[in-house]
Amino acid sequence: MMKPLDMAAVVGVLAIAGWVAGNALMSSAGLSKAELATARSLSLADLPPLPKSVGNAVADDPRAVALGEAYFNDTGFSANGMVACATCHLADRQFQDDLPLAHGIGITARRAMPLRGVAYESWLFWDGRKDSLWSQALGPIESVVEHGFTRTEIAQKIAQDYRAPYTDIFGPLPDGLADLPAASPLGDADAQAAWQGVPAETQQKINRIFANFGKSVAAYERTLMPLENRFDRYTQAVLAGKTPTGDAQLTQKELQGFILFSGKAGCINCHNGPRLTDEFFHNNGVFSSAKPVTDHGRADAIAQVETDPFNCLGPFSDAPVGACKELRFMSRDAHTFDRAFKTPSLRGVADRAPYMHAGQIKTLGQVIAHYNAAPPAPSGHSEVKPLHLTRQEKAALLAFLKTL
Amino acid sequence: MKKLWIGVGIVVVAAIGFMAFKMLQPAPEGLNLATTRNSDANQFVVSIAPENPAFRRSDLHAWIATVKTTEGLPVENAQISVDGGMPMHGHGLPTNPAVTDYLGQGRYKIDGVRFNMGGWWEFKLAITADGISDVVTFNLTF
Ligand SMILES: [Cu+2]
Repeated sequence: MMKPLDMAAVVGVLAIAGWVAGNALMSSAGLSKAELATARSLSLADLPPLPKSVGNAVADDPRAVALGEAYFNDTGFSANGMVACATCHLADRQFQDDLPLAHGIGITARRAMPLRGVAYESWLFWDGRKDSLWSQALGPIESVVEHGFTRTEIAQKIAQDYRAPYTDIFGPLPDGLADLPAASPLGDADAQAAWQGVPAETQQKINRIFANFGKSVAAYERTLMPLENRFDRYTQAVLAGKTPTGDAQLTQKELQGFILFSGKAGCINCHNGPRLTDEFFHNNGVFSSAKPVTDHGRADAIAQVETDPFNCLGPFSDAPVGACKELRFMSRDAHTFDRAFKTPSLRGVADRAPYMHAGQIKTLGQVIAHYNAAPPAPSGHSEVKPLHLTRQEKAALLAFLKTL
Repeated sequence: MKKLWIGVGIVVVAAIGFMAFKMLQPAPEGLNLATTRNSDANQFVVSIAPENPAFRRSDLHAWIATVKTTEGLPVENAQISVDGGMPMHGHGLPTNPAVTDYLGQGRYKIDGVRFNMGGWWEFKLAITADGISDVVTFNLTF
């Protein structure tokens, strides 16, 4: 007859043995077929070729790439000579700046987004108010809190510092640029008044140079491809029938996190595909620092992108007739998008605090806690439902996110 | 006693782990996944298929809807509007698809389709032809 204590020990040992055996089955024999297919769908193994940039004829021109890289790093394209694209998109920081709100000439209303893989995106900015990378690049330049520059000053700076490489790609610059005032339809009151005084024909010439500036920057940004992470290496090894070695090995905790990510926690609903984003807009109930809410996200962006002269259907786009499908088939139901923001890629996410469109959440653990609790949205309706994750599950999910 | 609780705890953890393993976005039981269906009031027989069989659901892509009468005759000059969404997520389609071409023999090209999330989608076509209107709803799972 066994003593109760011994009995408990036997049960415990058996349970441990069962658990270990189960885990061994999972790791040595690999994930189940369905799990492995899911893992592949989240890895670079499933990354398609870069989509064609229909509106940008120089998107894959190496001369435009070189010129765009120079523009990207040149602080001369700003009102105070101190702000470049690279100021908020730091190459050694995943092309973001680690700040809750980006700092240019002033402080912006949103967090700077990382740029790797950005050329896969159909909609740019957190609210998708731009429908191409080249058009996006124009936005911050004339924002009074970012570069604070104007499109006439851009033309003048290109004429002065980049005339030869610009002419080589886009043809000669018009004469008389130096005589123009600082002018823009989107700048401060002075710049807007000055723009009214510029003849329409000259405005169009300036707009063309401005668009070409964006197309060059976009050509450079297209070269910033996603980087391989530990999860890619793990999946690649398992798909090849090999045992993952070195940092490609995932711990049981990390694998459990992957299973939660693609199952119970439902992260994969929106964070799907090899970039771990569905490239769409969702209201996740994140709190607003401004009360009442001022930032309605995608709801306010639909009309903006539709009327933007630099959109895919506009006169400065190189898209042929019948292209621009994203814009043509865009959902225009603004009221369904209140406080919906673009799903960010999760590649490199653990090294990229703070989180959310205005950097509202400081740590990734707090992000998981947010989704677990699923608070009601400050405006619109949150799509998130409480997850009921245990403390241990939250830790596993966090461990998995760190492999990305 | 402590060991017993540890044992029980481990069994529970193992069970939860197994449950999580199984809970991979199940589609509802008995969902009709037929891609040829009668419209709600049996006015039309409609088939749908992706234009490119190798499509990626997350890409903007096209479907071909073939509309016939119950006698099997192609329905021409139909007006078709597209709606749908994810019933379990409570949202509509992420895009605004539309018929862009008539391909003959009752076949209509619906462009601008995207399914940005995995799971169960409804794809609804409201069809009007020769003064008759009817609706057909397809279930798609990805
Ligand atoms: Cu959904």
